Amino acid sequence: MNWFKSQDGRGFLLALPAIFWLGVFFILPLFTIVVISFMSRGAGGVAELPYTLAHYDRTFGVFSVILIRSIRIASITTIVCLFIGYPLAFFISTRKNRNFQNLCLFFIILPFWTNFLVRTYAWRILLGDAGTINAILLSWGWIEEPLRLLNTEFAVLVGLIYGFFPFMVLPIYASIERFDFKFVDAAHDLGANDWTTFWRVVFPMTLPGVLAGSALVFIPSVGAFITPDLLGGTRGLMIGNLISRQFGGSGNMPLGSALSVVMMAVVLLTLLVYVRFGINREGDD
Amino acid sequence: MRKLFLLLILVGLFVPVAVIAQDDAEVEPWVCPEGFEGQTLSVYNWSTYIAEDTVPNFEELCGVSVNYDIFDSGETMLARIRQGNPGFDIVIPSGSTIAIMIREELLVPLDKDLIPNIANLEPSLMDASYDPGNLYSLPYQWGTIGIGYSTEAFPDGITTWEELWDYDGSVAWLDDRRAMFGVALTILGYDANTSNPDEISEARDYLIERGANVVTVAADDGQELLARGDVDATIEYSGDIFAIADECECDSYAYVIPEEGTNIWTDNMAIPVDAPNAELAMVFMDYVLHPQVGADISNYTAYASPNLAAIELGLIDADYLEDPAIYPSAETAENLFEITESDADTEQAYNDAWDELLIFLGG
Repeated sequence: MNWFKSQDGRGFLLALPAIFWLGVFFILPLFTIVVISFMSRGAGGVAELPYTLAHYDRTFGVFSVILIRSIRIASITTIVCLFIGYPLAFFISTRKNRNFQNLCLFFIILPFWTNFLVRTYAWRILLGDAGTINAILLSWGWIEEPLRLLNTEFAVLVGLIYGFFPFMVLPIYASIERFDFKFVDAAHDLGANDWTTFWRVVFPMTLPGVLAGSALVFIPSVGAFITPDLLGGTRGLMIGNLISRQFGGSGNMPLGSALSVVMMAVVLLTLLVYVRFGINREGDD
Repeated sequence: MRKLFLLLILVGLFVPVAVIAQDDAEVEPWVCPEGFEGQTLSVYNWSTYIAEDTVPNFEELCGVSVNYDIFDSGETMLARIRQGNPGFDIVIPSGSTIAIMIREELLVPLDKDLIPNIANLEPSLMDASYDPGNLYSLPYQWGTIGIGYSTEAFPDGITTWEELWDYDGSVAWLDDRRAMFGVALTILGYDANTSNPDEISEARDYLIERGANVVTVAADDGQELLARGDVDATIEYSGDIFAIADECECDSYAYVIPEEGTNIWTDNMAIPVDAPNAELAMVFMDYVLHPQVGADISNYTAYASPNLAAIELGLIDADYLEDPAIYPSAETAENLFEITESDADTEQAYNDAWDELLIFLGG
């Protein structure tokens, strides 16, 4: 019997480092955050007794505006990435020339070679009132006054879609790549047109990639911090910005923890959707 | 506030003298005490807050190397020291932060024998309420928070907060909650340091109502937004606006201390606990308080100098000394307020109100 595949517990040893890692650096801190979120704020923003529900009250009260805005922005980001990403992934994975495929993937990953912060700053220069886009539009006479692009929700969306787009394309690409196009021929033979073939055959079988990509875009988007900080101004403020403030010099760590816990719940719900639909589909293969 | 008047009168007295005395001013250069060669000093200061040659000259004179790190808000600095000093020898907090740091035992007492140049400091800035007897801190620079604006967008200038609130265009505010609330509270006729939650709420609503034109709340980089043309006016620290005006060598930017009143502050040099080289830190303080070194810093940053000797010797640029936006007139000074430290509950009230303001600001 193969030692590595043994089910009697010896194989468990292989997972020990990972279990230790997750326990110390994930489960324990997570537990700490949950506990702190129920404590009171002391001088300097640190947590102290007694326990209270006040921070959750505030999270679902005045902060709900920003919570909802964050979920909305992350949802739009995900949908736009999907609409642009799926056709692109489909295009790349159906090219016959393997080198051309690799070149396309290379170009999608290329932006990662530059620091995310630098790329986000670049958007500030592009979108500013006196920025590149406004300068071009003004010089062409298309507009009279500079458009307000920077410091809006629109700017945050542009930054997030730009930043997380590759996370959508790559899993979908992997999914379509594995797809056997004999199924398309079979569907056509059985009388399905292109439209029906796509929606009834191709799309359902590539759904795991779509769901993985959506989760990978939605989760970091909803907690985004740098992008709204640099591009959003007062109108594109997101929950990540308010959380980070609570951990500064005279912030409010328990409130920051409560906001984090609620945000984690949102992410967890998203993951549940992924697990529910994504894994099941894969199992059907 | 009485101290401030004294200072202003003193400045007024010395301006003419300074102009005359400028040519024959001869200052003994600063000499580094023996025995520090090869050592290292770590300075943690606000961004754009020192002359370009201050640190290199010190390194040369003492034969030491200096690590120079910057922060963009007092909160950031305080948070880092609270989590355990990562190795800084000198920090430069504002008065109210000094008070917090003394209370939390985050500062080391100074050995004044190592800092003879203390004698150069303006007496009215000494012995402040946040550090009686200057046991822990010495003034570095002082200044105000006001409006920096583009003279193109405001050809007739600005003199009041009211004009900023009513402006139909993009403006930026400063991410300094106590200063911003202080302004609103002063306008509403309350104490700028009130601990009354109702008054704080009223100030919050006042600001939200007048903040429809605010596109961003900047952390000490409002001057860059102004220089780039992203906003037409910004609430900023005085020197930051003079810095961009100097940089472009143009008349495109101006700074004003609004009539309704604003925050006046003093930043102070102090030594955080567990500083690896407190002794060299005090030598550095002595160096900074030398009239010529101090004057060079103020001439570069365009903030007001606490160095009376530098002013008396005529080492400060006359243009700066005579500018009421840097050294406010006695009349303006009447409406200026200092921020004092508050208890935990009041601190929380200000924090909560500021969070709420950020959520609803900008329409």
